[in-house]
Amino acid sequence: MAEERRQKQCSVSLPTESMKAMAESMGVGQLQEESCAALSEEVSYRIKEIAQDALKFMHHGKRRKLTTSDIDNALKLKNVEPLYGFQSQEFIPFRFASGGGRELHFYEEKEVDLSDIINTPLPRVPLDVSLKAHWLSIEGVQPSIPENPPPASKEQQKTESTEPLKVVKPGQEEKGAIQGKGQNTPAPDNKGKEKGLIRLKPRSTHELSVEQQLYYKEITEACVGSCEAKRAEALQSIATDPGLYQMLPRFSTFISEGVRVNVVQNNLALLIYLMRMVKALMDNPTLYLEKYLHELIPAVVTCIVSKQLCLRPDVDNHWALRDFAARLMAQSCKTFSTTTNNIQSRITKTLTKSLLDDKTQWTTRYGSIAGLAELGADVIKTLILPRLAVEGARIKAVMDGPVVSNIDRIGAEHVQSLLLKHCASVIAKIRPQPDNVEQYRTDFGYLGPMLCSHVMKARTQAALQAQQVNRTTLTITQPRSTLSVSQSGLSGSGGPRTPSIIKVPSSLTLMSPRPGTPSQPSPPATKYIVMGTSAGAASTQQVITISSSQSASPVTSTVPSATSTLQPLVKLEPGSGSGLAAPRPMQKYIVVSLPSSASSLETKSSVLPSSISSTQVDGGIKLERSDSPAASTQSPH
Amino acid sequence: MRLNQSGDSTSSNWRFPFFNLAHARFILKMAAVQGSIVDAKDEADIKTEPAADGFGNNHANDAGVLSASPGSSAAAGNNKPAAGAPEDQQTLLAVLQFLRKNKLSESAEILRREAGLPEEVLDPKGADSAGSGLGSGADIDGGDASALLSRVTVTAAGGAKAPTKGTVHSKSSAGEDQPDVNVVLSAYSQQGDPALYEVYYSGLKKFIESVLDCHRAELSQVFYPLFVHMYLELVYNNHEAEAKAFFEKFSGDQECYYEEDLRILSSLTKKEHMRGNETLLDFRTSKFVLRISRDSYQLLKRHLQERQNNQIWNIIQEHLYIDIFDGMPRSKSQIDAMSGSLAGEAKREANKAKVYYGLLKEPEIELPLDDEDEEAENEEGKPKKKKPKKDSTGSKSKKQDPNAPSQTRIPLPELKDSDKLDKIMYMKESTKRIRLGPDNLPSICFYTFLNAYQGLTAVDVTDDSSLIAGGFADSTVRVWSVTPKKLRKVKTATDLNLIDKESDDVLERIMDDKTASESKCLYGHSGPVYGISFSPDRNYLLSCSEDGTVRLWSLLTFTCLVGYKGHNYPVWDTQFSPYGHYFISGGHDRVARLWATDHHQPLRIFAGHLADVTCTRFHPNANYMATGSSDRTIRLWDVLTGNCVRIFTGHKGPIHALAFSPNGKFLASGATDGRVLLWDIGHGLMIGELKGHTECIYSLRFSRDGEILGSGSMDNTVRLWDAMKAFDDLETDDFTAATGHIHLQDNSQELLLGTYMTKSTPVVHLHFTRRNLLLAAGAYNP
Repeated sequence: MAEERRQKQCSVSLPTESMKAMAESMGVGQLQEESCAALSEEVSYRIKEIAQDALKFMHHGKRRKLTTSDIDNALKLKNVEPLYGFQSQEFIPFRFASGGGRELHFYEEKEVDLSDIINTPLPRVPLDVSLKAHWLSIEGVQPSIPENPPPASKEQQKTESTEPLKVVKPGQEEKGAIQGKGQNTPAPDNKGKEKGLIRLKPRSTHELSVEQQLYYKEITEACVGSCEAKRAEALQSIATDPGLYQMLPRFSTFISEGVRVNVVQNNLALLIYLMRMVKALMDNPTLYLEKYLHELIPAVVTCIVSKQLCLRPDVDNHWALRDFAARLMAQSCKTFSTTTNNIQSRITKTLTKSLLDDKTQWTTRYGSIAGLAELGADVIKTLILPRLAVEGARIKAVMDGPVVSNIDRIGAEHVQSLLLKHCASVIAKIRPQPDNVEQYRTDFGYLGPMLCSHVMKARTQAALQAQQVNRTTLTITQPRSTLSVSQSGLSGSGGPRTPSIIKVPSSLTLMSPRPGTPSQPSPPATKYIVMGTSAGAASTQQVITISSSQSASPVTSTVPSATSTLQPLVKLEPGSGSGLAAPRPMQKYIVVSLPSSASSLETKSSVLPSSISSTQVDGGIKLERSDSPAASTQSPH
Repeated sequence: MRLNQSGDSTSSNWRFPFFNLAHARFILKMAAVQGSIVDAKDEADIKTEPAADGFGNNHANDAGVLSASPGSSAAAGNNKPAAGAPEDQQTLLAVLQFLRKNKLSESAEILRREAGLPEEVLDPKGADSAGSGLGSGADIDGGDASALLSRVTVTAAGGAKAPTKGTVHSKSSAGEDQPDVNVVLSAYSQQGDPALYEVYYSGLKKFIESVLDCHRAELSQVFYPLFVHMYLELVYNNHEAEAKAFFEKFSGDQECYYEEDLRILSSLTKKEHMRGNETLLDFRTSKFVLRISRDSYQLLKRHLQERQNNQIWNIIQEHLYIDIFDGMPRSKSQIDAMSGSLAGEAKREANKAKVYYGLLKEPEIELPLDDEDEEAENEEGKPKKKKPKKDSTGSKSKKQDPNAPSQTRIPLPELKDSDKLDKIMYMKESTKRIRLGPDNLPSICFYTFLNAYQGLTAVDVTDDSSLIAGGFADSTVRVWSVTPKKLRKVKTATDLNLIDKESDDVLERIMDDKTASESKCLYGHSGPVYGISFSPDRNYLLSCSEDGTVRLWSLLTFTCLVGYKGHNYPVWDTQFSPYGHYFISGGHDRVARLWATDHHQPLRIFAGHLADVTCTRFHPNANYMATGSSDRTIRLWDVLTGNCVRIFTGHKGPIHALAFSPNGKFLASGATDGRVLLWDIGHGLMIGELKGHTECIYSLRFSRDGEILGSGSMDNTVRLWDAMKAFDDLETDDFTAATGHIHLQDNSQELLLGTYMTKSTPVVHLHFTRRNLLLAAGAYNP
């Protein structure tokens, strides 16, 4: 290892192309290869020298990060004029560009309009240095106060849960365990005793202090209460507070019990709230949930596959909840699945079983497909693609057959769009290029033609993206015609850019805006649905109104937002004009966007199900098309 | 910028009566390093300090300064420098020659006149002869100021073996007559077949791998210096490809703790690079010291002679210093514990000088004051228990510690009334001190600097824990009062005229209540402030900065009083003497300086480190000071003579923290490698290694009674160690066996008493209050 590294050290020097580029920027046109080589060696050497000196300044500055001022100081040591204009606390935004066979990194200097600067109100003055005292330790015991870090770090929690019998490292842990966890654990008095035959793991107590109890009460109440602002705050707190370790068991029980009760009562709203809590817990970088998965996973799985999640399955958008929960599931599989607990394979098995079962209802079928699809392309390839023909036939039976029930029909519709959405991208990858409708029909049956068009779309999309890949344009995912519960579930640990879980103006409650009765079913006329977009930079709210009439193009109106985070609202108003035989009452969907991380981990996952299309493909059913092009143009950021 | 001022000021500055030889040589080196004449001139500007310089002159001069009552501003050393011994003359000639060579004839002339040398020395012939004389005397580049200084001072001290004398290596090739860095390098010019280098090296490697186990570890020590020198030879002779191949082939074999140096080495592939590289100069100007038992050495010698392996033998002869001892060869772990520094281990004789590590007697003022104290206690209605305690302390202080230096070895400032009052406070507080121990850990109060934006670079706390000061990267120094007593300035001169000077509370009256605030900001530096230190009487504050100055601030007026200019490069650390008046500073220019607050020039220059002096600490008795350096050694210097009396090697990274135990016997040091090493000063030995921190240690502090050692680090933890146990265990060991070999047992885990994580706040400073409460400080870096 060390050898390898060192050998690398030996031969690192700048490429000669860089020398050429620099020479050109100085006006030297033709530089010989030899001089380039000589220059690059010399320059590399000098740069290394300066970097070494700069490191000295970093050490004395008591920092871990090298800053531009360190480089300046190092240059000063060598009696070289420092570089001016690179004062940056965080990072220097070098941009990358290529063209003409050249690759360049450059420092973008924008032209600044002074009048703009003059006219903008002054930013707030940064706070002055201040001194604050707290007790780091009182007679050897570290008090658990907000100023001190949580008693157990994430790594510690991890080792604790994965290797429960591992000897705790003294110094690292022992003090914390013995003294932090306190009075009831019989602290091993002397070392000799400790080396005895049986090593007992100190019994950890989960006593909560009064403050913690209060906190727990407040948080849980806010999480399931009616005030969206409070909930946002509470979720934010769960997702970021480093001191929740000791309350984790309570939260997990709260969630699992909550799901158990509310599934029976078909209380969709509360289920959504609880899932958001799960998400927040997962996002918390200081928590390691593995010990509580036995409670959380059943709860999440319930929300994915339960036959009925709401009182009016024909109207309420429980699909979004299923999608959301499916993403949570996928995330926890990714994070916690190990060879010992086999979470992923167990989950896959369960879901496949219900998928294969003929008697499974459409809702459950939808859930299991969503759950499987979120697990990744491989799972889709091996478990869903082979089923496409069968599922297609089943959908066909509902669609074309005698009108059974509206509920079944909607279910079939959803399953269809879900399948199309997830499978298209996978098929696009594994099938050779010419997309023949007939070929698709023979391969996939009823769904074939639609799949074909989706696959083609996916391909063009991919091509488009490939072109854009080197552009540094920031593409904000258009929230157009997507309609779903927040996609934030997919983004792993939430990504560093996520400012918070949910910050929604209080006027936009997830459920009916009527106060005090979150448990009531929503009125049929209006529907608010949570969805996620990428966190953009704009500080406006986009309200996109889509009327799903034949020719409708999305109407986007931008509304200045009171809050600074981007909160595009998507209002989807299916115009009644287009609805031919839609037996539903006129419905208004308002999609509340949550600033979610929208990471580009999986482009496909941003493709949200149950999208509304403006074109009607089949049978005058409105909610049909998925795969809006925007959905896959995730910005690379 | 420096460049500007140097141009015209050079000649005028030469009026200073003193020319410091040591410094001149040092300049030569720096000039060589910088490779530019402008720099050299610039450096010349700082030659104005009358520091420890040549010979008898040195002695007289220093004694003059130190014996002068610190209160007086007797200009030290206006005496004409006596024409020194031949050695010094040579040095002087080298300097002259250098100046001439660089067309600084005017300066040369002035210097010549100052030194009282005859004119003819300046003619080229004379210069030549002088140069050649020098060439054989020492490595010409004159780079090793330390060597010179120590040699000079040692001779003055009466011929005792100079600890650093080893760094003066002589008898190098004759006929080098330019005092230039080229000469140093030209030692490499010996031509060998470049292709054979690998053969030689691997031959030796094979041999060492085949020797008996007990010798292998010892002989393996030669790998690294050999590797370095062979590589440099290849580079010097323009065998770039071979050098690269050689490096790639064998760099992996070297000990991991040399990685840092290897990285520097690897970037050096051209002869031209060698000229300006400081690390390289270190390799050349100081011999790499190895400690090898006689048997192992014989083995190696025989092998090399049998094989006629002259290439390697030459390197060993020229660039290595092999410290041969009789006895058992050392084990790998023993070697590893001591190696890691830039220039190998310290020689044994380097640590032989007697060190008076005992504490000074407490001044006699206690008794009358104690009575007062008692009265006060009486008034409070608790007259008991005071008496026996006082007696015990009294009797203790009367007994003269045989290891203590004489009371007047270093002239110390007289105690003022306010100091006496402070002493009383100290006594009072110390009676309430908590007895610490493994079962009785101190409470830690953490002072967090909020909104520092990664800019906190230094912290200090007054001894009575009433003030905290922070140095910041934005060049400011801020002082906070952590007691309810606010910080106030003295009134303006006109207002001061109005007050009644006879009144009892005049000290209170001179303060301006309108200026009362919790914190005050001191502006003056023009670069990040890397070190700060309160004076023991809390009236002054020192700060040192990247701008090369040390500044003295008054905490009464909150203005800058003096800017001490001497270091021309960043100053990394500074500290007041425990008795005030003196202070030390150390910086990038590789020297530490001793100053008195009433002199604008340093009293001593301590040169010897091969890289930046990163931290400086006074011994509690103020007769010694310790410096830690980027060359991964710690040196202990005698303040009186300027000699280096101890060299401690063993750290594997730059040293960033030092702490003396309160009894003055031990030293703790912390480095970027995250280890704390404990040293016995009297015996000059490493006595403990405390492993646990994962990142650079920035702060070390012993509790007031020395039972607990606290360490604060970049890894956001404060750790407490059982210092008593670490030192007690030692006393049972028979390390006085004079071999100087230590067996360190790995008992860090037993000694670690506690680890306290902060919330992403690196611990920059630790301080035990008089009652043994631990104060820690750092800036929150989210």
